[in-house]
Amino acid sequence: MSKNPDIQPMRIRRKRLNGYQWYVFVMLTIGAVFMLFPFVWMILSAFKTKADVYAYPPRWIPSSWQWQNFTKVFEMIPFWRYYFNSIVTSVIETVLQIVISIFAAYSITKLRYPGKKLFLAFMRSSLFVPMVVTMIPMYLLVASLGWLDTYAGIIFPQVTTAFTTLLLMSYFDSIPKDLVDSAKLDGCGYFRVLTRVVVPNAKGAISTATLFSFLGNWKSYTWPLIVTTKTEYRTLPIGLKYLMQESSSEYQVMMAASLMAILPVLIIFIFCEKQLVRSITLTGMKS
Amino acid sequence: MEKNVSAAVQPPARAVRKVRIGKNIYSVPEIVVGVLLLVPSIVFLVFTFVIPVVQVVELSLTNFNMATGEMSFVGIRNYEYLLGNEDFWLSMWNTCKYSAAKLIFDTSLALLIAVQLDKNIPLKKFLRSTYFAPVVVPMVASSLIWIWFYDPQVGPFNQILSFLGLPELKWLYSEHTAMISILLFSIWKGLGYNVVLFLSGLQNISDSYLEAARLDGASEWQLFWKVKFPLLRPITNFVVIMCIINSFKVFTEINVMTPNGGPLGSTRLIVSYIYEQAFTNGRMGRASAAALLLFVVIFILTQIRSAMDARKDVDYE
Repeated sequence: MSKNPDIQPMRIRRKRLNGYQWYVFVMLTIGAVFMLFPFVWMILSAFKTKADVYAYPPRWIPSSWQWQNFTKVFEMIPFWRYYFNSIVTSVIETVLQIVISIFAAYSITKLRYPGKKLFLAFMRSSLFVPMVVTMIPMYLLVASLGWLDTYAGIIFPQVTTAFTTLLLMSYFDSIPKDLVDSAKLDGCGYFRVLTRVVVPNAKGAISTATLFSFLGNWKSYTWPLIVTTKTEYRTLPIGLKYLMQESSSEYQVMMAASLMAILPVLIIFIFCEKQLVRSITLTGMKS
Repeated sequence: MEKNVSAAVQPPARAVRKVRIGKNIYSVPEIVVGVLLLVPSIVFLVFTFVIPVVQVVELSLTNFNMATGEMSFVGIRNYEYLLGNEDFWLSMWNTCKYSAAKLIFDTSLALLIAVQLDKNIPLKKFLRSTYFAPVVVPMVASSLIWIWFYDPQVGPFNQILSFLGLPELKWLYSEHTAMISILLFSIWKGLGYNVVLFLSGLQNISDSYLEAARLDGASEWQLFWKVKFPLLRPITNFVVIMCIINSFKVFTEINVMTPNGGPLGSTRLIVSYIYEQAFTNGRMGRASAAALLLFVVIFILTQIRSAMDARKDVDYE
């Protein structure tokens, strides 16, 4: 494009906005305000007094900054425990998912043996079956193992690897065969080819898949809701729901709790937005 | 592990054991390693997929009740019960309503925003991020914000309505407005996902088509309908079908914002129905049958999708 001199004036024109572009920009900005409003409202409200919450007309800025809203969260629910549970379960789930997916994706894309197609068809068919269908027998299975209200009961049924495996496969496929062959000639065994050649060459893909898995596990709601009855094993989303039921219309406390729950995701979002967007477009194209 | 090491230290000169399967010759250690690496995947697939799928079919043919512990074979009676059950059909109908409304508003709005974001405007990246932000935020936390918005007494929405001199609404607490409230929330929550998908599709459209159309004097409007929209069709197909399929899986926001089906069951979607039958009433057999009926619906939808994908796409080359 840059080779064609005719295109140059276009580039210069891009700097200045015409009336139509201004119109588009203003409309998009109004839309963006609507999208952001709930977050701004949540952050400000987390510091409001109860009187501010009930004020009419609505009060934007807290009349005094109530840090005790946050301490109140810890008094009402065992928030740290929920946080801890969420971190433990989503980290273990993510690690298992990614390691298992890396093994499978490497095996399928880089090793030669018969019966791969059969396995792939088997794995793909698992994507057709949504969690609602499997959750009842899985609940009964977990219950019969005595795993209700345990980390194992929360974690293992949520380790689904089909999706991440397919995602990683598409990247592993693009690692040149020569690279693998030359590593083998240098005396690398199958395992060292994986750790020294395949994984380092697919870092981007692996981190995208990890992020994708982690966020999915962090917000997971239905399964932990089903298998936990005791407070000690509730994860953050379930804990927030119970906080809402207990703190009826103490919205400033609810907002403080939500803000703390959103924080890790917000940090991930700010630093890894590009990868998140990529993971969505990839899943959109591939699945 | 031992196998890997031995394979690693084998000098290339020493012949690796080979085996002939069908027409091809394979190396034995490679088969062993390859299959061993698949074992964890297979174990998890068996426990989270194969066994549950077999058992859900079995369960759906029994009257297993968690509360009473009774369990006997009842044939297709659960299916008969469901197909003649008003609540089941109401939840299916609610799901269809939800799905249709979400499809119309979410998809068209997302396409509109994506097309505008694709233009040369300032703060493009920041604007895209703001539309995308709600997608990333966990469902329960964002539901809590909106529960407050919808509060009939102290919620900002009613404060705005009364400021404008309009009648206040009961939002989540009235059977007339509960579904609309849920929809408003979920459009806000999910819009960015589709925006990102459409945007990536638009960015893949080669500039040469657009330049050619512009040289022919096409207006922005014609450019969209005659060039961009046809080229976006694979993405549009995907977004439309996924929007419908995902509507049949919605549960979290419904369970948080309107527990127990909402006012007069007006927000009970099919997954909530299954959840309540299984885990509130303990009717595992009946719930399994409902889950399988839902699976049939989703399966048909996925088949439609693959049929659409198989159709030849627009190609200007």
